[in-house]
Amino acid sequence: MIPTPDLSHLTSQDYDQVYEPAEDTFLLLDALEEDAKNLRDINACVCLEVGIRLCLELYWKNSWPFLYLCTDINPHACKCTVLTGKQNHIDLNVVNGSLVAPFGTRLANNVDVLLFNPPYVPTSEEEVSDAQLSRELGGSWAGGSDGMRITNVLLGRVEGLLSPEGRFYLVALKQNNVPQIVDTMRQKYGFLGEVVLQRRAGREHLFIIRFVRESKNSSS
Amino acid sequence: MMDVEEERLCLFGIADCSLLPPTIMVRLITHNLLACHAKDCNANNFPLQFKDVKLEFREADFNPDFLKGFMPKIEWKALVDTARELGDTSLPLEQPEMLDDDFLKNLHHVLLEIHVEEGSMTCPNCNHVYPISNGIPNMLLAEHEIG
Ligand SMILES: C[S@@+](CC[C@H](N)C(=O)[O-])C[C@H]1O[C@@H](n2cnc3c(N)ncnc32)[C@H](O)[C@@H]1O
Ligand SMILES: [Zn+2]
Repeated sequence: MIPTPDLSHLTSQDYDQVYEPAEDTFLLLDALEEDAKNLRDINACVCLEVGIRLCLELYWKNSWPFLYLCTDINPHACKCTVLTGKQNHIDLNVVNGSLVAPFGTRLANNVDVLLFNPPYVPTSEEEVSDAQLSRELGGSWAGGSDGMRITNVLLGRVEGLLSPEGRFYLVALKQNNVPQIVDTMRQKYGFLGEVVLQRRAGREHLFIIRFVRESKNSSS
Repeated sequence: MMDVEEERLCLFGIADCSLLPPTIMVRLITHNLLACHAKDCNANNFPLQFKDVKLEFREADFNPDFLKGFMPKIEWKALVDTARELGDTSLPLEQPEMLDDDFLKNLHHVLLEIHVEEGSMTCPNCNHVYPISNGIPNMLLAEHEIG
């Protein structure tokens, strides 16, 4: 079992400004827990998470050593992660930045595990632009007309980032059109996508899609 | 310096993050992976130069296997130069072939135990300055700076 991190230092006022771990967060964690052995087998050494998970680092801390990097555009999310680190006595590598831009050059084909729980809620286009510029809580959900505005930008970067055996885990909502995401990734970038977990949570029907390079689809 | 947001947190009795002993700091392992990504800046944009830094040293668990696995991903010259600038001369100019314990311990210290808490990082090419505050590097660009 992966230990549950201590998040008691975060209060409802923090959650006014950062994304509170919710069903989507835990679904991704469950998927990763099921894959833990595989990740160990591919000697995952560098993990990059976009959109900070307040707690994921801690879950993994005890399973095997690797470098955990994370980025978020919301400075407050970054600060809360500082607190989480302190509370749980671990060293984190947090960067206040957008998507994978700060690591783009240096991590080319070096990321073994890429995680993204994106702002996936369908909203107006205007709302996305505002949310991305203001870098506040709205950036946690605002995703544009099909909820894919931000995710699509990242999809275009996956191929250049992942190591040959690397995996990319993406959280998606039914409205994001999961079959279409899988198709795009295959046709445009040569990645095989598979829904590894799905769950209904209230009104949301959530999916975890795992992508691997087409030629490396032997493990699972 | 406290912004309004933080002040509000204090009022609510939540610790102001900037007053806590910082836990996250830019370590050289992260620094070795960051490059400038400003618009049209795509050559000589690495490594970013530290300026006005405040350092702190914190012990981390020594893990030789991780270090060996990570070594091929390091830009060695950038790491050695940066460590020297920060006053640590323990690493050889060339990556050694024999990875003995002494070497790995030095590497461990440089990569994982030197923390830059405050300061900034400047792009050697376009001179864009990325500030570090509370140990968090701010790599955000304004809209017009994004390529
Ligand atoms: C749905 S929340 C998920 C939060 C956390 N990963 C979790 O699973 O609990 C989406 C996160 O992505 C961040 N985000 C939105 N746009 C981003 C961007 N362009 N670059 C990096 N992070 C972004 C938001 O600030 C927010 O923290
Ligand atoms: Zn530059």
